[in-house]
Amino acid sequence: MGLSSIAAAKGERLRRTKRSPMARREELAGWLMAAPWVLGILLWILGPFAGAAYLSLTDYDILSRANFIGLDNFRRMLFEDPLFWTAMRVTTVYAVFSVPLSIALGLFLALLLNARIHGLAWLRTIYYLPAVLSGVAVSFLWIWVFSADWGVLNYLLSLVGIRGPNWLTSEKWALPALIIMSLWGVGGNLVIYLAGLQGVPTELYEAAVVDGAGRWRKFWHITLPMISPVILFQLIMGIIGALQTFTQGYVMTQGGPNNATLFFILYLWRNAFQYLKMGYASALAWAIFAYILLLTLIVLRTSEAWVFYAGEVKAR
Amino acid sequence: MAVVALRRRRSLRARLSRWLETFLIYAILLAGAVVVMIPLWWMLTSSVKHPKEIFAFPPTLLPKQFRWQNYVEVFAKAPFGLWFRNTAFVCLMDLIGTLFSASMVGFSFARLRWRGRELMFVITLATMMLPGAVTMIPRYLIFKQLHWLDTYYPLWVPSFFGYAFFIFLMRQFYTTIPLELDDAARIDGASIFGIWWRIALPLTRPALTACGIFTFNATWNDFMGPLIYVSSQKKLTLALGLMAFRGPHVTDWHYLMAASTVAMLPVIIVFFFAQKYFIQGVVFTGIKG
Repeated sequence: MGLSSIAAAKGERLRRTKRSPMARREELAGWLMAAPWVLGILLWILGPFAGAAYLSLTDYDILSRANFIGLDNFRRMLFEDPLFWTAMRVTTVYAVFSVPLSIALGLFLALLLNARIHGLAWLRTIYYLPAVLSGVAVSFLWIWVFSADWGVLNYLLSLVGIRGPNWLTSEKWALPALIIMSLWGVGGNLVIYLAGLQGVPTELYEAAVVDGAGRWRKFWHITLPMISPVILFQLIMGIIGALQTFTQGYVMTQGGPNNATLFFILYLWRNAFQYLKMGYASALAWAIFAYILLLTLIVLRTSEAWVFYAGEVKAR
Repeated sequence: MAVVALRRRRSLRARLSRWLETFLIYAILLAGAVVVMIPLWWMLTSSVKHPKEIFAFPPTLLPKQFRWQNYVEVFAKAPFGLWFRNTAFVCLMDLIGTLFSASMVGFSFARLRWRGRELMFVITLATMMLPGAVTMIPRYLIFKQLHWLDTYYPLWVPSFFGYAFFIFLMRQFYTTIPLELDDAARIDGASIFGIWWRIALPLTRPALTACGIFTFNATWNDFMGPLIYVSSQKKLTLALGLMAFRGPHVTDWHYLMAASTVAMLPVIIVFFFAQKYFIQGVVFTGIKG
């Protein structure tokens, strides 16, 4: 954020000197040009955000007037609704596996791709392509891949003598199937790590070689610390994304079998738009918000121990 | 002499292990690439298989006979043309709105000095962390109040107010352009809007392209938005249409794979032509598509 601090310093200077007509014109134009977004934040983000807080304290169901019921929605959610906990568990398990696996796999592939190989552009294209595909068509594609009797996955497994399960209709295998599917998009991570790796100064490696460091120590003591900020960012964005998974659960498994893939947002969506329990669904929305916030804060807090910022002077 | 022989042998061994390592790297990367391509391969080949061959076991990796007719029949079975047009319309409006707002607001954040700017920027970054689920229900109620349910307005009108991510992307890009350009233009008598429109806008074309591709991609693939807001048959987008096409019990997998291929095709085409900008955008913001 070097640039913004420079900008802040400039703003400071501006405030202290007398405002010229030009500066006033700039102030006006600045506000005018930012106006749509300022309005947008109020209309589409902060307003609804506050609205959701209010709704979560009511029993609003669209058909009748909203009654204020205090924290009753939250009480029911925590103590009387087993599906709330099911959805929490499903979503957490999904995130706990898909996010770290994507990060590790993406980093591993990026390291290999970074070894000055031929055909880098081609391989990067192939790995990245699935990351830009998503939505209903991709879900269909994967239903067909996971098909028990005619799917390509079980066929490949049969070649090595494994009888593949009935992936999407098995309570045990449906969620792992969706986790496997999420790894298909690993190219998105890969591209970011590749850029990060290419930004590590080569002098560091040269110095390490002079000091007699082997490959493993170079990775452990140079590469990993240098790209740890990227990993942190990917971790946080990955958690936020994974906890909001919806389409796969809706299209591929309808939350089943027996709620084994009842993602939180899917459960929220059902409450809001199928059962029209807008008040209760708003309480659920606040719960997932709080959960995401909590996880982000935990990650950020622990990151002080493992993220290294080059150029930062560590106080001892 | 013994020393020379030893050194030679060692260098041979070093070369051998170096060669083995390169071989391993390629082997892993190529194997990975094959694995990544299998699902797409499976979709493409299934889409041109004969209905009987679809349920063959073991599955055929290449269709015995290519049945291109599947595609013709799929278009006859469902109004794909209409769904395409609907989706393209939403994408176009969203694109115009996003590019306009991101460019203008980003310009203001990066190059104009106004009170409250730093605070607004921090708020902008914070909203990127806010899950969409929290604002979903009140937004729905707002659009309902406006009688915008079962129209496309809820899907594209917000884009004219701007999205935090794209504003951030544009702002970051603007800061890489020297400020002297603006000063020079100002001395020449250009207005601030003129500077944005005539000087900054052309210079930010790579970033705008990245924004455009991301927007197109997200809107084209969007499922939840149309699911919540669009209901009448005539107005279905491609994502909703596909869902309707599948129906509750499907056996026509050759049709479904053909339909899925058609739905993915625009994104794949854009990806191949604009890959460079995709990757630039990703690298610039650290956020994947």
